[in-house]
Amino acid sequence: MAAKRAERLVNLVIALLSTRQYVTAARIRATVPGYEPDDGTDRADEAFKRMFERDKAELREMGVPLETGRTSAFDTEDGYRIARADYELPEITLTGEEAAAVGLALRLWESAQLAGAAHSALVKLKAAGVDVDASRGIPLQPRLDAGEPAFEPAYAAARDRRVLEFDYRRPDEEEPRRRHVQPWGVIAWHGRWYLGGLDLDRQQPRVFRLSRVVGTPKATGPAGAFEPPPDVDLGAMVAGQVGGEEHVVVVRARPGTANGLRRQATPLGPSDDGDDRLELRTTEPWGLADRLASFGPDVLVEAPAEMRDAVIGRLTRLAAMGEPS
Amino acid sequence: MTSTGTTDRMTRLLALVPYLTARPEGVAVAEVARDFGVTERQLRSDLELLWMCGLPGYGPGDLIDLSFEGDRVRVTFTAGMVRPLRLTTDEAVALVVALRTLLELPGLAERDAVSRALAKVSAAAGHSAETAPVAVSVDAREETLAVVREGLERKRALHLHYYVPTRDERTERTVDPMRLLLVEGRWYLEAWCRRSEGVRLFRLDRVDDVAVLDEPAAPPPQAHERDVENGIYQAEPGSPAVRLRLSRRARWVADYYPVDSVRPVEDPAGGLAVTVRTADLAWARRLVASLGGEALVDEPRELTAEVAADARAALARYGVAPSG
Repeated sequence: MAAKRAERLVNLVIALLSTRQYVTAARIRATVPGYEPDDGTDRADEAFKRMFERDKAELREMGVPLETGRTSAFDTEDGYRIARADYELPEITLTGEEAAAVGLALRLWESAQLAGAAHSALVKLKAAGVDVDASRGIPLQPRLDAGEPAFEPAYAAARDRRVLEFDYRRPDEEEPRRRHVQPWGVIAWHGRWYLGGLDLDRQQPRVFRLSRVVGTPKATGPAGAFEPPPDVDLGAMVAGQVGGEEHVVVVRARPGTANGLRRQATPLGPSDDGDDRLELRTTEPWGLADRLASFGPDVLVEAPAEMRDAVIGRLTRLAAMGEPS
Repeated sequence: MTSTGTTDRMTRLLALVPYLTARPEGVAVAEVARDFGVTERQLRSDLELLWMCGLPGYGPGDLIDLSFEGDRVRVTFTAGMVRPLRLTTDEAVALVVALRTLLELPGLAERDAVSRALAKVSAAAGHSAETAPVAVSVDAREETLAVVREGLERKRALHLHYYVPTRDERTERTVDPMRLLLVEGRWYLEAWCRRSEGVRLFRLDRVDDVAVLDEPAAPPPQAHERDVENGIYQAEPGSPAVRLRLSRRARWVADYYPVDSVRPVEDPAGGLAVTVRTADLAWARRLVASLGGEALVDEPRELTAEVAADARAALARYGVAPSG
């Protein structure tokens, strides 16, 4: 940014912080250095107006609480001020350990949007007298929000409460379909990012996997267009739609095999033929069926019958691959 | 991105005077630059700019005043800039959601400290933090993470059991830890593995019985951190090509693993042909078997035969005829 503009903006903030009166645009133009002076021409007035509008937008974007209003009933136009209590970060003191936790937390972000916000939050905390050293501690490379191009637009739309429009392709569908959603929030659940919200085409709450979004989602319409339900629990939404209920499955594994399954299984003792009986619990039965089939003859499903049939179905298809068609 | 640059500098300019106010004894210019993440030259230019700013009137008694003693700077007149600006929604979200994530990962930081920091930060952030439009739910085995963290902190070697899914083996190793990574919601330990004499990534949910050893961690000089910019699984150039045709239901494989030469095919309908390069045919075999017939193998031929033979043997145990 041009140094002139930065200087003007800093002076504007100081001037509006230092008064309880609303200051009119004309007063600001006359006192704060750097604005196009009033020489009586329309051209100069226009130039000032453009500069001032840009500056106001910039300050608001930074989160400066710029108020408009009139100090007394005799004022003929609106003025501006910044209420100190709304501007200033409240007192915050952190112990060394707490500051270390904050430093570590701020390193969890990777996307430009939140990593940038983490950096400026850190600057503000330091300016509030907190000594946070984000580089200290164990060697750690977190990438909480990395590699998901749809993350930033989805997050921004949820933050601003704007309707989001995007093309979404389910793996079992040939062509992506256009969706219109009131985004309630984005959530990382078991390593994958989801958008949760009200699907306007179906008028139902739905979750969408961000990696299945095709192209860049587009926010449409005004900000503050909706209000998410007060008790919305994104984790539960994803768990409900993706996870489903828990299934108990009993399998038999040949001794010394299926070590991966055993790590998550409850051993039930040996079966008649010397295999080990294992109890497994899953909320994703089809994923488990895929996995069980991949162990080939080492693992046999005992119960329930649906799981047994699902695995036999997979094995039958796999066996057919070896035959000339 | 221009607005980011502008906002960055403005955030810094508005924070610098409060920062110096909070440290009345003065701070070395180099340290201020480090704290704000800018060069010393940039910082000096920021300070020079602030020197020109102040209260309306802009006379000598109105302007921000800084005093330099040796390489240290301190503020002698603030012009009313005593506290930093409040946190924006993005900043509050970045802080609060990350701290909540740490609470779910108790192995990484002192739990009570995280919880106290979260309370204080939420109070300071005000309402913008209450309805954060982002949440994170991470899988973590807290004991494993805590022990690995201790090894990294104390720079000690670790002894662990590691489950290798491609070979379905439980292995035992001594490793020299290098760093922790969080990629796509999963934790990995990057370490020099003494058994395989190479740098390996260990997914923490596959680590069992990890213990900190008394001996120091000593990764050899040839141990370099792996670039995970493009994900954890990396194509191995020069490795044998496994050519698959994925059905519609198995198309996710193309998103999940590094594949090349992706092209749509008609057989199976709506399918994708992809090439995976891997030296680990056991892995490829397990992948194909776990896809339950939703992936056909064009190359290598023997892969199909092996998977099909396994499936026939399994069907025999179920008492089902393969053709049925």
